[in-house]
Amino acid sequence: MTDSTVGAPAQPPAQTAGLASGGAGSRRFRGARNYLALIPFHLYLAVFLILPTLIVAIGALTTAVVDAFVYSIQLSIATAIAGAVLGGLLAWAVARGKPNGLLRQFVIAASGVLAQFGGVMLAFAFLAAFGFNGLVTIFLRDTLHLDLLTDATWIYGFAGLVVVYTYFQIPLMLIVFLPSLDGLRQEWYDASASLGGSSGSFWRHVGGPILAPSFLGALLLLFTNAFSAYATAAALISQGSPLATLQIGASLQSEVVIGRENVGKALALGMIVIVSVVMVIYALIQRRASRWVR
Amino acid sequence: MTASPGAPLSAAAPDIGALAARPRGVGGGRRPSPLQRSARIAILVIVIGYLGLPLFAMLEFSTRGNYGSRSLDSYAAMLNNQDLIDGVTTSLQIAVLTVVGMLLLLVPTMVWTVVRVPRMRRVVEFLCLLPLAIPAIVLVVGIGPIYRWMGQHLGAVGASPLTLAFIDIVLCLPFAYRAIDSSLRSIDSATLADASRSLGAGWPRTIFQVILPNIRAGVLSASVLAIALVLGEYTISSLLSFNTLQVAIYLLGGRDPFISVAVSLSALVFAFILLIVIARVGGGGRRDQREVEEPAT
Repeated sequence: MTDSTVGAPAQPPAQTAGLASGGAGSRRFRGARNYLALIPFHLYLAVFLILPTLIVAIGALTTAVVDAFVYSIQLSIATAIAGAVLGGLLAWAVARGKPNGLLRQFVIAASGVLAQFGGVMLAFAFLAAFGFNGLVTIFLRDTLHLDLLTDATWIYGFAGLVVVYTYFQIPLMLIVFLPSLDGLRQEWYDASASLGGSSGSFWRHVGGPILAPSFLGALLLLFTNAFSAYATAAALISQGSPLATLQIGASLQSEVVIGRENVGKALALGMIVIVSVVMVIYALIQRRASRWVR
Repeated sequence: MTASPGAPLSAAAPDIGALAARPRGVGGGRRPSPLQRSARIAILVIVIGYLGLPLFAMLEFSTRGNYGSRSLDSYAAMLNNQDLIDGVTTSLQIAVLTVVGMLLLLVPTMVWTVVRVPRMRRVVEFLCLLPLAIPAIVLVVGIGPIYRWMGQHLGAVGASPLTLAFIDIVLCLPFAYRAIDSSLRSIDSATLADASRSLGAGWPRTIFQVILPNIRAGVLSASVLAIALVLGEYTISSLLSFNTLQVAIYLLGGRDPFISVAVSLSALVFAFILLIVIARVGGGGRRDQREVEEPAT
């Protein structure tokens, strides 16, 4: 508001009026006094609008809720980064292969299955590998005589969830990122090479900047993917994990405990807010990224 | 192709059929240096090894017999387990209802927006992609009371697990939309509709007998994706206490892990075959269209 009145034609009369009443200091004072007139309005809204909202929000943010979100967000960030790096590398390796080759079709179909339809089955896959009687656990114990993983409880903790979640993040990254890699054109590489650029300088000055928005967007998508995942963790861990989605599930299953369901609703609302914010940023980034995708 | 300009969210639900048969990018054309070739092989071995290890462990685990021998007993037992058969039957019925419901809801709507109200196309697209932004676990919190009400007031129909089809239709919208949309974009539906209408066909006939045969590939891959999604759905059915395939697998895991691992592996392989079918159909459909279109342009 103040910005728009500075250059406006109405300004000179106001200025002379200010000068007439005794200089710059009192003008500033009058400016402040003008703001004071708005205090009743803001005070009223603070008491009857903002305060109730805060009470609801703070009431929702019990330590259990905060812990759940902190745990879920840490897990989501860790697995989004791991999945994006490993999945990005896999996408590059696949994009360099034959366009209609067997490897490409195999990896894409397998990725579709593992990224989107895994759920409970992935939990059993990991129990078959790293559970108490799992292949890897037995191999380490009997063949290598390492008791590193033999108690098989690590799979139910944070480290286990990171390994399991990364497992379905990699295929999702491949599916999302492959079109961007396919969109890098041979002509751009040739142009870069004919101007004397090396492979490294191509990636630094052309490929990298073009892929950066897609990569960032994929990272956000992977974050929401891990953040919203329920089935795999639910099948792996029966109870007691602070993971937000598992807490919501637990609150739905124990409706007899009064107030527990409201924790579920508070968590659900929090999830919608977080996912919405991330998806809006994702959409903005994607708009830029899609410029280069055929 | 994958990212339509108006809908940035769409890249989150890529069309798997289209992805499998894409043109050659920068990757293929250059002659790889030895360093790049070995880097590529190392990446493939490590990442595919990571993805393959648990699957191999499932195969090993589910074929364990007595005293270190190999046996297929778990796979045989799988076929005699009544809970499992019930779960598969329920899930297959839900899958059929979901596919039919999804097609009836989506195909006329999408054709209509393209032909008659193109302005609404972005709105419909946004709404179809919305389930990507609302996690299933959040949806189930809100859908719980609705299903409780249906169970109490609509008798046997309302309490049936088949009502899960309602929510599964919503969950498969993003994938189904992407698949049908890419088919719909490759034909000139407005002209087709005008031609059909001017020859005296009504709208139902225009949509189902003129447009539908032309977007067969998209409809087929949307249907296959919906089937895969229904067969893999766990979150909502378990929290609403319906016995679907995934719930049966989970419950079985507590009693007989060997059979449940055998079922899990079979289900993953089945889903894999379905997606290979999509890739074939999607790629094949596109090739046909190109052959028809190219002489004209």
